Amino acid sequence: MPEWVYYFTEIFFSGLTRGSIYALIALGYTMVYGILGLINFAHGEVYMIGAFVGLIFASIFSILGWPVWSIFVLALLAAMLWSGAYGYTIEQVAYKPLRNAPRLAPLISAIGMSIFLREYVILAQSSDFRAFPALFETLPDFGAFGDFLQPSEAVIISTVLVALAGLFYLIRFTKTGRAMRAIAQDREMAMLLGVDSDRVISMTFIVGSALAAIGAVLISTQMGQINYNIGFIVGIKAFTAAVLGGIGSIGGAALGGLVLGLTEAFAAGYLSSDYEDVFAFLVLVLILVFKPSGLLGKNHTEKV
Amino acid sequence: MFKVPFYVSLVFFLTLAFSSLQAAETIKIGVAGPLSGDLAPYGIPPKNAVVLAAEQMNKQGGLLGKQVEIVAVDDACKPEMATNGANKLVASHVVAVIGHVCSGATKAAMPIYQAASLPVISPSATSPELTLSGKYPLFFRTIPHDATQAMVQAQFIQTVLKAKTVAVVHDKGDYGKGLALLVAEELKRRGIKVVMVEGITPGAVDYSALIRKIRRAKPDVVAYGGYHPEATKIVAQARKRRIHAAFISGDGIKDPSFLKIGRHYVEGYYATSPRDLGKNALTQQVTKDLAKRNQQPGNFGLQAHAAFSALVKAIETAQSTDPQKIRHQLQTQQVESTLGKIGFDEKGDVVGPGFSVYQVQNHHFVDLHFQQK
Repeated sequence: MPEWVYYFTEIFFSGLTRGSIYALIALGYTMVYGILGLINFAHGEVYMIGAFVGLIFASIFSILGWPVWSIFVLALLAAMLWSGAYGYTIEQVAYKPLRNAPRLAPLISAIGMSIFLREYVILAQSSDFRAFPALFETLPDFGAFGDFLQPSEAVIISTVLVALAGLFYLIRFTKTGRAMRAIAQDREMAMLLGVDSDRVISMTFIVGSALAAIGAVLISTQMGQINYNIGFIVGIKAFTAAVLGGIGSIGGAALGGLVLGLTEAFAAGYLSSDYEDVFAFLVLVLILVFKPSGLLGKNHTEKV
Repeated sequence: MFKVPFYVSLVFFLTLAFSSLQAAETIKIGVAGPLSGDLAPYGIPPKNAVVLAAEQMNKQGGLLGKQVEIVAVDDACKPEMATNGANKLVASHVVAVIGHVCSGATKAAMPIYQAASLPVISPSATSPELTLSGKYPLFFRTIPHDATQAMVQAQFIQTVLKAKTVAVVHDKGDYGKGLALLVAEELKRRGIKVVMVEGITPGAVDYSALIRKIRRAKPDVVAYGGYHPEATKIVAQARKRRIHAAFISGDGIKDPSFLKIGRHYVEGYYATSPRDLGKNALTQQVTKDLAKRNQQPGNFGLQAHAAFSALVKAIETAQSTDPQKIRHQLQTQQVESTLGKIGFDEKGDVVGPGFSVYQVQNHHFVDLHFQQK
């Protein structure tokens, strides 16, 4: 195989790994926006909390000496559960009382929530970096193929695929999913037809937060350390991915995440990692210039 | 009717008069650095060392017959917080400042101190331009600047590691980028091939694209300019991808948490850092006194203690807290400190202590006693 094909494939997998994490988190932004028309700025912090819950559970199970796979799955489930609970609580505390307030009010309370959660983690866990148990280290090596795709990256990409498939099933084929789509289209009409909008909105927050927690546990295991600040950059990037794909569109968020991750990886691999962010946002600007509603976003005409 | 306001104003006047009287009874010295946030391990030890030195001095009668009072501000190594802290110190009438710890924060705060003509002695800000630009005549530091450190790093890469090719990576920050670019320049001057110079975004989701690029370039050595969190991430990912190049960084990574989080991945990592002063009697005493309070000198505690010693001696000899007199004294005197005998040159850089190279061996930084030629 020529060297450049080899290198190209490697960089491609780097981008895929990064992009699939962005996609998971972007889904949380886009689902909430689709249903409430609100940008949940505390989403990055839910991701961070997912990482800390994963850390706590993974550490406990590691001390008990359980097999790596069970630790990974249990830590993942615990993180999803906790983050889901946080997502639910955030919605109840910060957004529900403001549902009929002007649009700016929930935005401010989202930012407040984000600051609150960061400070809370600093108080509870200190601001130092914490070592995250390296669960993927014991995975079997892929041999020569391992240069292309690390075992840990394979786990990340496949876990994300499973999560996306689960979400697709939830939204397409379940009653809750149908209710979510109905509310996204027209909340008042859906309520008139007997859809319990409060319950569906809570459900949306729980699902979005659980997805963020999956991303958090995956990437924290890979990087090996976390602190209270990890949600910030990831949150911004995932939000960018959601806008890139067309905010409000589920498929768009997944696609936007991949496009953003691949752009960054190729910019870093072929040009310079100095410009990785520049290129990411350049792509965003270009796409929005030619397609203002994002890759898969629909043009919304204002309803009268 | 009119009497009340008069008494009230009298009361106010007297309170103010008393408060200014009280203020004059102590000499205030500011300490600034990261006391919270990611980089707090660099800022808390200097503060502790200065507080210790001040308390011991107060027990022996204080400075110029007055008690020394330490005013500490937290900048979290952030430029915007540093300017706030600097304003706060100026407003509380300190006579001099020991700090800031990070170069970026120091650069942001210096114009404020300069306008208030306050002498500043940093224990750790190593960005060369702080002194070399000549913009801040009242700025001093008890740590040699990065150009010295870069020289040592380049020399070590050439003579000990015998590298032919080097990849230079930095975190785009004032300290990391500054040091990394100086190393790259120095390596080129010595005829060593620099295969890449790249910056990363601290806090990014992963660095695998960069790591794969490094592996493709096959350097003998990777020189990283930055602090320990990103250094551990990069070296761990590199080792997982079977990159066997030697890694070298500056004093920004020489922190216990580097060893704790990096685990076996950081074994063999090189770091240039100020020379180990374990054998100096005063250093041993200060370390012991700090240990009594459950504190450690950390990376820059001894530098901060030395800064305090130099400042206090200058004030004592000059019998004044006048900034220009302090400056003159600092540049002409020699003082016994925790860094050995030190003085300052015309530009404000310390004369005396040097750098050595350390290597991580069995979860400890071991001094390789590298002698700069």
